[in-house]
Amino acid sequence: MFLTNNIADAFMISGVMKMPFKFLGSEVWLTSSALTTCLITIIILILVIALRKVILNAASNPLKSPTGVQNFLELGIEALGGMGDSVLGDNTSRFINYIGTIFVFILFSNLAGLLGLRAPTADYGVTFLLGIMTFIIVQFQNIKNNKFGAITSLFQPTPVLFPINIIGEFANPLSISLRLFANMLSGVIILGLWYGMLPIFAKIGIPAALHVYCDLFSGAIQTYVFCMLTMVYINDKL
Amino acid sequence: MNFSGLDFVHGCSAIGAGLAMIAGIGPGVGQGIAAGYGASAVGKNPGARSDITSTMLLGQAVAETTGLYGLVVAIILMFVKPFG
Repeated sequence: MFLTNNIADAFMISGVMKMPFKFLGSEVWLTSSALTTCLITIIILILVIALRKVILNAASNPLKSPTGVQNFLELGIEALGGMGDSVLGDNTSRFINYIGTIFVFILFSNLAGLLGLRAPTADYGVTFLLGIMTFIIVQFQNIKNNKFGAITSLFQPTPVLFPINIIGEFANPLSISLRLFANMLSGVIILGLWYGMLPIFAKIGIPAALHVYCDLFSGAIQTYVFCMLTMVYINDKL
Repeated sequence: MNFSGLDFVHGCSAIGAGLAMIAGIGPGVGQGIAAGYGASAVGKNPGARSDITSTMLLGQAVAETTGLYGLVVAIILMFVKPFG
């Protein structure tokens, strides 16, 4: 409409490579989100392998007082454990691996905007998958712990409310995925418009403040909220 | 200047996108109320500052959701162009 295509390209998902095959009759593209996700996964893998070495060193001589990276790592792990304890209580150890994994992945995805990449979490395909994973883990715990109560609870307090309860169950993954997606997308669009539309002198200094709010602050808050709500949903079904 | 039917649909989509962003009022009021009560809670009990802050931020992020639904509707109307 009002935007020419090349400005809209600044914040839209772009196809990098067309795949030589078709899936269910439609074209398959390798998108920028997929590439960025691969890059983030590689960065996390390298980081994790390096940090594993630090932990193994610390475990081999436990009497040595922790230094540098190990301190930082222990701080992070303790913060994550405290976050889990405040919601899940005694069940923290069963779920903290999953929560920690999605926490690190979402945090790195949100921070990708700082490197000039398009944040993968600003793609609904990525966040919807995260929401579905939460949905599956919640419903699995529901059936495992409540047995038939999982179905009968849908008819509480009166059977008339059955459709509302069904919608309520399916609204959870939809709302947490949409919340993360829309927050990151708004940041990507604001920065894309700022970089694409304004004259050159407005692009010095000011975008740094926008990056601090849209990528660092908003990204960290949304990561925290996603993991917190996942734990709250799981705790409801225990 | 000639207007085709498609131009009219696109113009109406832009107006609809603007109207959808009225949804931003509600979360603004809600987040402000939450921040105000958070500030008064810190004033009453400064020791619980970190707990209050995390609870406030979680509540604000959940209250933000309805506004974000409006944003998603506006973005779909502007860029996906579902009506033409």
